[in-house]
Amino acid sequence: MPPQISASMQKDGVAVLALSGDWSIDAELPDLAKIRAFLSREQPKRACLMAEDLGSWDSALLTFLIRLSQILEQLGIERDDRTLPKGVLGMIALSQAVPERQDAIRNQTPNDFLTLVGEHAIWLQQDFFRLADFIGEICIAFGRLLRGKSRMRWSDVMTHIQECGPNALPIISLIGILMGMILAFVGAVQLKVFGAQLLIADLVGLGMAREMGAMMTSILMAGRTGSAFAAELGSMTVNDEIDALKTSGFSPIEFLVLPRILAMFITIPFLCLFADILGIFGGSIVAAALFDVSIPEYLQQLNTRMRPIDLEVGIGKCAVFGILVAVAGCFRGLQCQRNAASVGLATTSAVVTGIVFIVVSDAVMTMMITALDLLKR
Amino acid sequence: MTNQALTFAASGTRSSTETGEPHIEVSNLTMAYDGFVIQTGMNFKVRRGEIFIIMGPSGCGKSTLLRHLIGIKAPSSGSVRFDGLDLWGVDHETRDSLLLRMGILYQSGALWSSMTLAENIALPLSAHTRLSKKEVAELVSFKLSLVGLSGFEDYYPAEISGGMQKRAALARAIALDPEILFFDEPSSGLDPISAGRLDELIVHLTESLGSTAVVVTHDLASILEIGTNSIYLDIETKSILAEGPPGDLLEISSSQNVRDFLSRGQGQKTRKTPPEHHQP
Repeated sequence: MPPQISASMQKDGVAVLALSGDWSIDAELPDLAKIRAFLSREQPKRACLMAEDLGSWDSALLTFLIRLSQILEQLGIERDDRTLPKGVLGMIALSQAVPERQDAIRNQTPNDFLTLVGEHAIWLQQDFFRLADFIGEICIAFGRLLRGKSRMRWSDVMTHIQECGPNALPIISLIGILMGMILAFVGAVQLKVFGAQLLIADLVGLGMAREMGAMMTSILMAGRTGSAFAAELGSMTVNDEIDALKTSGFSPIEFLVLPRILAMFITIPFLCLFADILGIFGGSIVAAALFDVSIPEYLQQLNTRMRPIDLEVGIGKCAVFGILVAVAGCFRGLQCQRNAASVGLATTSAVVTGIVFIVVSDAVMTMMITALDLLKR
Repeated sequence: MTNQALTFAASGTRSSTETGEPHIEVSNLTMAYDGFVIQTGMNFKVRRGEIFIIMGPSGCGKSTLLRHLIGIKAPSSGSVRFDGLDLWGVDHETRDSLLLRMGILYQSGALWSSMTLAENIALPLSAHTRLSKKEVAELVSFKLSLVGLSGFEDYYPAEISGGMQKRAALARAIALDPEILFFDEPSSGLDPISAGRLDELIVHLTESLGSTAVVVTHDLASILEIGTNSIYLDIETKSILAEGPPGDLLEISSSQNVRDFLSRGQGQKTRKTPPEHHQP
């Protein structure tokens, strides 16, 4: 039987609100607006809630009765609920036992577009200042390291070098070789039109050495290692391990951040060089297999076109990217709140921040290299 | 527990009225997060040698107060003085040296998960003392033996049980023989027997080391058995509702809330009966 409430007036000016049927959260509840209209029209002094025909009930009845009580209170009508089941009265009393803490209610800001843009802009500004603070702390910690006052453990640096370097080789190899093959194939299709397949070597060699090797390696490291840094430090924050470090007299920057940045700075140039070599190798396979450019021809062309500065520029850029990826990972990890969801957010944010840093710094460095004519022939 | 703990309380030798000068002094402390005030106008002293309990209902700010006392969170206003030195008024190096005189057992243990138990305990020893590696190793074994974990030196925190992690964290907390030990919900997540043993260990260690202990807890058994002095933080008035030895507060506190808390609601006048769920 569906939940129902019927309203009637007695001669003595008392309204009788009779509840009947089975009140369940699955069922459609009666419209309270009709009850409000009835009570407003009749203006009884007292409303008597009757539950003689009430079947089974759950929280649906309780929330309905609480809303009904609020209406009665607004209309100044006395409530008589003595006939309600003991359980219902007990549950309602329990829900009202602790009054609402007014100071705990958060101010709801309007959700319009301009407000959201404004809030995001403020957040970005604060985030920028926090990042500046963080970089400042890293500089101070690095200064202490140079003066031999740091508590950084070199064993931690070695552990992270193993993690950032050799352990990353398989994925760097795979992506490096594929990147070289793709560059060669896409370029060669166009070059073949002009009979200039031999220039595949220039395209792949210069492309990988100057830009693609560094970019690809650092983006991979942002996804692989930057996120791992954020997750590690985030989990440590959740487990109070960072606080334990602080209260044991260790700076998290010196103890956790510096080893990671140094490890990344030391390993990423080698990874970049490795990716460059494998990319060039991948290009040579495509050139030899599909475009009739033998490997000796390919290498000869490469030798005439590539200069050490091309590799140096790429590797130098990659070292900067590596530092930025490690900074982004550690920054987001230490920003983590004390809950599991926040670790996930920190990890995602570390990758996004790392990639933004890579792209922005690449643009800046490319402009600087152009301005300094470093690649001029 | 612990006849020993009960004896301490009963004999009064560790009672707050007879212990020494203030070790920690909190004056007009206001704690807030993002403008939301948690507690305000807090004034209390922790005297040397006390086992000082910070108690109160969930969400009243006990752990936040602890974070203020151990120098992790700065007060919104007011001061926390450690042996007369304002923890947030001194320079960074002085604060670090003050913190080294404290040992902290975190609620989660907070052992560094990438290190073995021995490395966890050895780290503060090798960083802050001039001991040789051999001496550090001996001390590590000694500290682990104090908490009943001899032989577990090479285990990682993830390889041992929660109770063992707590004890290992306690061994790390006492690594530098601190003057004051802080415990954040030491018995949380432990079965009653392990919790009782940990309480016993806390009393033993603070007695033997001559340390002061500050314990944040709402575990009644711990409060009444090991506490020599206490404060009760009230969630509604956002202030300290009562201060004194827990046993005395249970008997004679003028606050109904405090008596209810310490008697698990048995003294509550308007006790709610659990509602029945009606299914005709």
